[in-house]
Amino acid sequence: MSQTLAPTDQQQLVQEALDALFDSHPPASTDHVEFWGAQYDAGLAWVQFPVGKGGLGVNPRLQALVNDAITEAGGSVANRRRNVLAIGMGAPVLATHGTAAQQDQWLRPMFTNEEIWCQLFSEPGAGSDLAGLATSAVPEGDTWVVNGQKVWTTYAHTSRWGMLVTRTDPDVPKHAGMTYFVLDMQAPGVEVKPLYQITGEAEFNEVWLTDVHVPDEHRIAEVGEGWTVAMTTLSNERVAIGSNIPERGEGTIRHAVEAWQAVEHRDDPVARDRLMQLWVESEAMRLTAIRANENRKAGNPGPEGSTGKLQWAELNKAITEFGMDLIGDEGMLYPPGYAFSSPELSATTRDEGLHQLYLRARANSIEGGTSEIMKNILGERVLGLPGEPRADKNIPWKEIPRG
Amino acid sequence: MSTITFTTTEEHGLLRETAGKLLADRSPSERVRELMATDDGFAPQEWAETVAMGWAALPVPEELGGAGYGWTEVAVLAEQMGRSLWCAPWLSSAVLATAALLSARGELADQLLTALASGERRATLAHRSSGLRWDGAALHGTARFVLDGGTADVLLVPASSDEGPVLVAVERTLDEVATTVLPTLDLTRKQADVAFDGAPGRVVAAGDAASTAVERAVRVGAAMLANEQVGGTARVLEESVAYGRSRLQFGRAIGSYQALKHRMADTLKELEAARSAAYHAARALDGDDLHEVAVATAMAASYCSEVYERAAGNNIQNHGGIGFTWEHDAHLHFKRAKTSKLLFGGPTRWRAALADTLGL
Repeated sequence: MSQTLAPTDQQQLVQEALDALFDSHPPASTDHVEFWGAQYDAGLAWVQFPVGKGGLGVNPRLQALVNDAITEAGGSVANRRRNVLAIGMGAPVLATHGTAAQQDQWLRPMFTNEEIWCQLFSEPGAGSDLAGLATSAVPEGDTWVVNGQKVWTTYAHTSRWGMLVTRTDPDVPKHAGMTYFVLDMQAPGVEVKPLYQITGEAEFNEVWLTDVHVPDEHRIAEVGEGWTVAMTTLSNERVAIGSNIPERGEGTIRHAVEAWQAVEHRDDPVARDRLMQLWVESEAMRLTAIRANENRKAGNPGPEGSTGKLQWAELNKAITEFGMDLIGDEGMLYPPGYAFSSPELSATTRDEGLHQLYLRARANSIEGGTSEIMKNILGERVLGLPGEPRADKNIPWKEIPRG
Repeated sequence: MSTITFTTTEEHGLLRETAGKLLADRSPSERVRELMATDDGFAPQEWAETVAMGWAALPVPEELGGAGYGWTEVAVLAEQMGRSLWCAPWLSSAVLATAALLSARGELADQLLTALASGERRATLAHRSSGLRWDGAALHGTARFVLDGGTADVLLVPASSDEGPVLVAVERTLDEVATTVLPTLDLTRKQADVAFDGAPGRVVAAGDAASTAVERAVRVGAAMLANEQVGGTARVLEESVAYGRSRLQFGRAIGSYQALKHRMADTLKELEAARSAAYHAARALDGDDLHEVAVATAMAASYCSEVYERAAGNNIQNHGGIGFTWEHDAHLHFKRAKTSKLLFGGPTRWRAALADTLGL
């Protein structure tokens, strides 16, 4: 409705809502949860959402104005990071595919951080080929009985709800037989175990689902539409990942530069040249992110918006490998030790040392789409090259070889 | 450092479109091959046509008969030229010599700028020369690898003198000037050695102004070349993609094989990063932050050189046997890419300069 308003009127609408919110709930002195609740009620949680659902029905770009104003006024926008899967991905899914009752039940408490969400997509047998997933959901009265195993689940141990994709029809081709649910993580039969990674930490979990009963009213969209809903989730994941641009010299390259500055004589021209190669590529990547943002804002997005993930992942590995070489003997050590703990924040949002980054970077080219998958996407969707022939096309999911 | 932006104007779009169309028409493969087989390496009437459109005048101030734009606009042209391997004394005269003269300014420089912008004359800069000597009245020594050194009307030559460095303008047709056209790897861009045997000339700049003019011209040249390299990279990637879609082996389009597809995706990734570096370098040259000019030009020169070289090499591989034939254009880009990489000293040199600039 309000999207038909002129941009200046939309901005005024947001500004007025902000002023009223700040009057009733001064950001600096209001309890965070209370403030976020009032922010939701004022339509300033996701400004593009409808009135009554945390939004004002205006252009999503105006959200930045809201976030900046809250930060400047001494309030907190930390809920967005702490519950990133819910606020960044779950909410758009509910807004697009959820019923009014589902939106009313889940949007507000996720925004206030009273209910943390996780994403139950990947499985041991379904990584890059997500649509091959095997976790089954079988109808039983007005509930569904779910069995299977999910993996690489961030925040599962602290989550109240999970976005779950299941197989509801094994007799049709894989994309057609999936259904999307919101899973109560406290339901009987849900078992969460930390998954220790090569850093010794467990940012992720494994989740076993054994005869878990999910009420049908927690189904999102129609039976068999799970793939479409999952794609809504993932497209918002890529938007969420690509938005912050570091200052020049910041990010991973800073660690290599610092390692170089700590070298005693700095008289190795080969190392110096390699450092500059990596510096230049980091800066070119950063400039590309700036260019992509500008083009996106101008309504003219191009291929420059699609190459960042691949470049970032591969560059992080190259920079940290080089950094470890630079520090020489120290590179044989692992100063933080292998702590076998579950950090509260994902490692991609924490400030870590070179040693940790060196190990953590190996995941960068796997998580959120492996570099091989990213290259397929660039090749097929951006360059227009033909796809690989698929061995699983048009055959029932249950007949697809697995292993 | 001022805020980095890549905003473009309507004029940029128009310039890109006009140049793209004109060059597609005037510089198709057959024409490139005709011109590269000549000694001069360009067609004076075609050069005159583009000069009449203002292509040599873009960065020259209006009071000197120029268009009063900047290197950002020249870069738009450069990218299109790189796509089509345009054979013209553009880089030598409208970029290198023009940039040196714009840095030097003064009566003589201004006269020359007007003449270059109008197309009345063509000049080049002997930017690779060393050891030449100006005795106060005449120039001695040999300048090597001079771009279009066999055809330029005026040669701008850096030399040493009793009063320090000088930049001297010498008429190429003098008896005391002998040019030897070089057998270049890249036939689309001609080079010559030029021997000066007591050739008279006029001093364009002296002292620091002379060194600054040459350094500035090399940075401008490298940045414009980087934009040309971006155009070349985009072109060879398009050729690879088109071939990957149409060439069938084992009953499949070869572009469906990940070995080829992933290589092209990597090229795309590098192309977009190179594009950012090249565009930014041109914009930095139009600003007044010298530190940023040093950073941005060194980045663009080193990165875009290597990206184009890799892309042009991959393009041959992506085409298989046909890509190794003289008949196919893949080698033209491959040779242009290698030469462009080496023309201003090569990536290693640029990265060392960058490290100095950054204090690393």
